[in-house]
Amino acid sequence: MNLAYTFAMGTTGNAPDLPGSLRAEPRLSRWLRFSADRTVTLTPGKVEIGQGILTALAQIAAEELDVSPARLRVMPAVTGTSPDEGVTSGSLSVQESGAAIRQASAEARAIHLGLAAGRSGVPLDSIRVEDGTFLGPDGTEIGSYWAQAEDALLEVEARGDVAPKPAASRRIAGQPLPRLDLPDKVFGAPRYLHDLRLPGMLHARTVRPPARAARLLGLRDGPLPGDAAPVRDGSFLAVVAGEEWAAEAAAARVAARAEWAVRESLPEESALAGWLAATPAQASEVARRDDPAPPPAQAVHARFQRPFVAHASIGTSCAVARWAGGALEVWTHSQGVYNLRADLALVLGLPPDSITVRHMEGAGCYGHNGADDVALDAALVARASPGRPVRALWSREEELGWGPLSPAAFAEIEAAVDADGMLCRWRTVLRGNGHSSRPGRAKQPTLLAAPYLDPPQPWPVAIDAPIAAGGGGQRNAVPGYAVPSLEVTMHRLLEMPLRSSALRGLGALLNVWAIESTIDELAQRSGQDPVAFRLRHLEDDPRAAAVLREAAAMCGWPRASAGEGLGTGIAVARYKGTGAWCAVAAEVEAAEVVRCRRLWIAADVGEAINPDGVANQLEGGAVQAVSIALKEAVRFDRANVTSTRWEDYPILRFSEVPAVEVRLIGPPDARPLGAGEPSLGPTIAAVAGGIHAALGIRPRAMPFTPDNLASAMEQ
Amino acid sequence: MHVAFTLNGAAVEVEAPEDSGMGMTLLQTLRGPLGLSGPRFGCGQEACGSCMVTLDGEARPSCAMPVEAAAGRAVGTVEGLGTPEAPHPLQAAFLAEQAGQCGWCLSGILVSAAALLRRNPDPDEAAVRAALEPHLCRCGAQNRIIRAVLRAARLGSGAEVAA
Repeated sequence: MNLAYTFAMGTTGNAPDLPGSLRAEPRLSRWLRFSADRTVTLTPGKVEIGQGILTALAQIAAEELDVSPARLRVMPAVTGTSPDEGVTSGSLSVQESGAAIRQASAEARAIHLGLAAGRSGVPLDSIRVEDGTFLGPDGTEIGSYWAQAEDALLEVEARGDVAPKPAASRRIAGQPLPRLDLPDKVFGAPRYLHDLRLPGMLHARTVRPPARAARLLGLRDGPLPGDAAPVRDGSFLAVVAGEEWAAEAAAARVAARAEWAVRESLPEESALAGWLAATPAQASEVARRDDPAPPPAQAVHARFQRPFVAHASIGTSCAVARWAGGALEVWTHSQGVYNLRADLALVLGLPPDSITVRHMEGAGCYGHNGADDVALDAALVARASPGRPVRALWSREEELGWGPLSPAAFAEIEAAVDADGMLCRWRTVLRGNGHSSRPGRAKQPTLLAAPYLDPPQPWPVAIDAPIAAGGGGQRNAVPGYAVPSLEVTMHRLLEMPLRSSALRGLGALLNVWAIESTIDELAQRSGQDPVAFRLRHLEDDPRAAAVLREAAAMCGWPRASAGEGLGTGIAVARYKGTGAWCAVAAEVEAAEVVRCRRLWIAADVGEAINPDGVANQLEGGAVQAVSIALKEAVRFDRANVTSTRWEDYPILRFSEVPAVEVRLIGPPDARPLGAGEPSLGPTIAAVAGGIHAALGIRPRAMPFTPDNLASAMEQ
Repeated sequence: MHVAFTLNGAAVEVEAPEDSGMGMTLLQTLRGPLGLSGPRFGCGQEACGSCMVTLDGEARPSCAMPVEAAAGRAVGTVEGLGTPEAPHPLQAAFLAEQAGQCGWCLSGILVSAAALLRRNPDPDEAAVRAALEPHLCRCGAQNRIIRAVLRAARLGSGAEVAA
């Protein structure tokens, strides 16, 4: 081994400490490039899923480069050329991709200015950058990104030796910027994957079995409209046609002619709690603290249960695939192009390098939905139609009934306060399916069609990420309040009758509600105001205390009841224990049904790159959480999901949406934290608290419907 | 069979399959042979509003409507409201309020909102909510959307919009 060579190349021990995803992909040219047409192109590995990330990344780059945001083009991720940033999830895009682009842009600026300084003789520190043009002290142009665009200056690795601008000097990041993607969406311009029209494109529709556990026995022959034809592989059944109407009509006919052997494989919906308790599980310790604790004076013991919940995007999942010459090209709205590619390679027996996966925007994505599944559907039909692009589109029934679901679970909590009204003991036991069936992470594929193929490729049972990586079912299961004696354990089920995976907030939806409800109850039992009680236990987390105080001030806590059947609840959590802090107050009206009338949200996301985008995400998450809290539960019989139409899976409507006020109080010089998920858990908890204030009932099962509240009253 | 109607003010004619009972919907026609992308598929059950168009000025879901039902009538979509160069007051207001996230629901909502403003140029918040009740938005952008419609109404041009 040539030691000199090793030293010259730099060793891993000397590698600079690079921020975010730049660590995994330090080459600057993989993140950005300049063009002679005076534009900057960003090529992040994170993707737009309706959350506005493209705009935030453009702001970050525009800031560091000193160019107008209008010059930024943000490309969708594609395997092979984009950095592999894994999955766009967990409210991590600003932390991971944003941090990489900030550093890469700062270094790109320094490299370009260095060249201009060398060429012109103007000292580096007297060069100004004005919208991408480099000016000397007398205002003379001495270069520009555009003039130097062809110089291949960015074919180097980041060194980590250039500091991005300090917070006080930022003029673009930190200001509201209109979303780059919104004009197309307001004018109806083609932008979504669903609008992609390739020459010769065929249309596919899948025909799902009548039960989860089903085998296709046979398919009766019969006429099909237009040029439609069935496509079959084992028990995977689809139709393909030249025109969309023909594919849709053919799918209905083929469904009526298919003969299936079916088996009942799902638990009894009405006995969900018993099923959760009885199903074999893997136990693990989430957290434990055994400091000396005073004896308990008041205790609470309660079980909180949640049902399966659907993503319920307004658009259905779609993909386009083309199979030609042993290579597969896929257009997808998946959250992770590399992850999808890995699973497609597994199922189809192709080398990953022969598959290209390109991202295009889809309808709103709130986690691991059907996007990856439909990509396999399209690829399977494309394999049967070589050379022709095939567009597969899910029906509403597939979207609500066959996409991955957020798993049912319960949290059983025993907690107590001592004679001084301080928390002294906390025990939580969680039980439910894992929150990740994401593709690209296991030896077996997780895609919907895989177990229906011949030979079948069964799904792995859903897992939970370790708590250090954000966790799944155990996300936010450890209270943020000081308590000397603590034990949190999780039981992840080892059977998965309904495929479960990640949905916005994951375990935080149940855990924050369960913790905050228990805290409210302990405060009540020990005669303390719920806000004051929380603040006594948040001395080690001043930013949590700050958002709680802010939300309390916004709603005028303690609020006198504005009338009969009205009540306000309040709750706080730091998302994942490592992300943004968010407190929510909810005013609830309880009549025949429970309505949420108003929400007050205070959040600390550190530096808010696009404050309007952050507010939009926090409000959107909260409104979705009100919907989940009050209305949503996946319905099923022993064979299959039955809530496959909007009438059976109602979500919040315009008439039911609460008024929302959002305030951001994060320090602008603090690390930016994601805003997509932190408001959901506290919103559910605040609604539950409001119900108690209005009705005197502590909800014990989601959704908070009259039936579930009546059961809670009986307990 | 030939079906002729006007689409955003222009005469169009399409060939629809004869096979009754499984023919083309208006939505499939608009997105297929007529090449539009504004009207969107959401459910196929007239339950979400993604596919909303106007039929002789009245907001109607197009996802379950046979294309024959449009014969001889005036069909309007979001593409007929305005352009980036000459936006409809609603489109300008939606951009000003940043009223949307994923945007999937917006073209149907804009169509319903335009029909509302033609009928009632000065709606209050309750009237806006009522007009948008057939529409689902999963991202939680409803409050921004309501503010945007009220803003467009304040601009006072709603009544002048062509069908």
